[in-house]
Amino acid sequence: MGVIRGLFHWVGTTLKLMTYNKVGFVGFLVTAAILIISLIGPFFIPLDTKTKLDKIYQPPSAEHWFGTDHQGRDIFSQIVHGGKDVIYVAAVAAFLSTFIAVTFGTLSAFAGGAVDSVIMGFTDIILTIPQFPLLAVLAAFIKLDNLTLLGAFLGLLSWPALLRAVRSQALSLKERDFVEAARALDLGAGHIIFRELVPNMMTYIVISFTLAMTAAVYTQVGLVLLGLVPVSSSNWGVMISLAWTQGAIFFRDAMWRIMMPILAIAVFQLSVITMTRSLELAFNPRLRTMA
Amino acid sequence: MSTSTLAPQSPGGVRTGASAARVRRIVDNFYVRRVAKALFTVWVVSTIIFFLIRLLPGNPIEQYIARLIETQGMDYENARMQAAALFAIDLDAPLWKQYLDYLLNLLRGNLGVSITSPGTTVTSIIARFLPWTIFSVGIGLILSFTIGILLGLMMAYRRDGLLDHALTVFASVVSSVPNYLLGILLVVWLGVQWKVLPIAQMRGTLSPGVTPSFTFAFLYDALFHAFLPIVTYVLTTVGNWMLSMKGSTIGTLGEDFVTVARARGLKDWRITTAYVGRNAALPLFTQLTIAIGFVVGGSFLIETIFQYQGIGFVLSGAIAARDYPVMQGVFLIITMSVIFANLLADFLYGWLDPRIKIG
Repeated sequence: MGVIRGLFHWVGTTLKLMTYNKVGFVGFLVTAAILIISLIGPFFIPLDTKTKLDKIYQPPSAEHWFGTDHQGRDIFSQIVHGGKDVIYVAAVAAFLSTFIAVTFGTLSAFAGGAVDSVIMGFTDIILTIPQFPLLAVLAAFIKLDNLTLLGAFLGLLSWPALLRAVRSQALSLKERDFVEAARALDLGAGHIIFRELVPNMMTYIVISFTLAMTAAVYTQVGLVLLGLVPVSSSNWGVMISLAWTQGAIFFRDAMWRIMMPILAIAVFQLSVITMTRSLELAFNPRLRTMA
Repeated sequence: MSTSTLAPQSPGGVRTGASAARVRRIVDNFYVRRVAKALFTVWVVSTIIFFLIRLLPGNPIEQYIARLIETQGMDYENARMQAAALFAIDLDAPLWKQYLDYLLNLLRGNLGVSITSPGTTVTSIIARFLPWTIFSVGIGLILSFTIGILLGLMMAYRRDGLLDHALTVFASVVSSVPNYLLGILLVVWLGVQWKVLPIAQMRGTLSPGVTPSFTFAFLYDALFHAFLPIVTYVLTTVGNWMLSMKGSTIGTLGEDFVTVARARGLKDWRITTAYVGRNAALPLFTQLTIAIGFVVGGSFLIETIFQYQGIGFVLSGAIAARDYPVMQGVFLIITMSVIFANLLADFLYGWLDPRIKIG
């Protein structure tokens, strides 16, 4: 019972802290709505795959909320079904890149000396290589037809900027009094890292995770647009890519077909980025003790 | 620097001590170190590319050989020889020798020959298309940086006003939309729905019949074709500059030297430009280096969308046609231009900020 009550208390405090920034909270609500619709929606709204020649390129109506495409299929159902792949790949990429950045960033800050120089030298080199062309070139060699593999690939190349930031955070935290105190009490490296440092870097880590997700969405959809990632048919990126390669962007009536997936991606990116303002408040340990 | 004072002062070693100090001064020099690091990065990138092409299972050379056997009915030996000629690699030599040859070829500017347009060297392709990318990306970045800094400064001076709120919303929206999607939106709205721009005529880098020359007509035509890519680069990066500059300016406005300048009765305009603006813009130059890489990297999709024939357009064509020598060469050039731009930004930073005395 106590655990559950503690959990409720934690969720309550977090939500309350998040409302302190109104714009950020709206971003959080929209992000949550997109996540719920994309993950649970497909179970309730069937994907419309039937060609209906009498209903081609219809504007939004009560029956078809987002209009219909070049085969008279409902665009809304495609948008609902097209989110989960994009979000999954982004989450895998963000998880991996945050993990690498936090582990090696703190290691670099604490070990110092040669370890620090090697890690930072390597990071600087990876940071200068333009990521997107590199991924595109690699995708020409390696078949990225598996979503997890694609996510891992994106994650493996997108950690350098975050690693540098984590390292400088850790460097400044390492000199603070409370870390000094923990060291004087001989509480051990595990305690110092996980009880003292990580909670203080949590804001930063969570925000970086969300920003890494938006970066992964950017690269992923870009690769799909170039036709380099052969993934499943209904996905926001694939929808845009098909509309583009079939020349639908030059066709006036095709507007809803091209606009809806673009809007879906743009709204997702925008709401995730705005949400970080609220996350900043929610994961700040100082604010939590005050609330 | 400080280490040079520790040079040995023993009677016999005065001369060697002096020259050692000179060597050390050169090694410690910021410019030398920075250039060495840039060269090192170029070397690492080209090494990675070499091993990707040579050693990866299903690597381009193997794929090309397989394709020749399949489509042209060549036997293995002939196909292998043709592949070797294309990639300028001696496949029978030991790996280290191949690697060394590859590096020497790079130094000589020999990047191999294109597969899809036989007889055209990769170097000539790069020389033909790279200037257009530098032109459009360069103008885009400079415009967006300048506009962003001016607007950010204005937002900081009038913070919490209507203008500030409107521009903040604008900045957050445009900087969160992926640049290629914004490119598609420009085509859909300006070109197709509202028909305000003749997008079909704007494709390419120059209109037929126009040749590069120092005339107004040429410049106008070049800008006409580069217009949409430049607008896309500016719109997608300007928001970031605006917000950073606003934050940085608010920080600077609270500094003592600004208060002192006011107390001295200096003109507002002079305080804004020389005291606030210059100091607030400085930290943004480090961000510029990251932005260069990002924009050059992303230019490759933008050029494909607008059919603007720069180096990125060539790269996406080469990837689609699996033209490996072109892919390798263009990727190397893109990476090298980013490294070079970073180097330039670092030097510029030292020159702009008098507090950092370099060298």
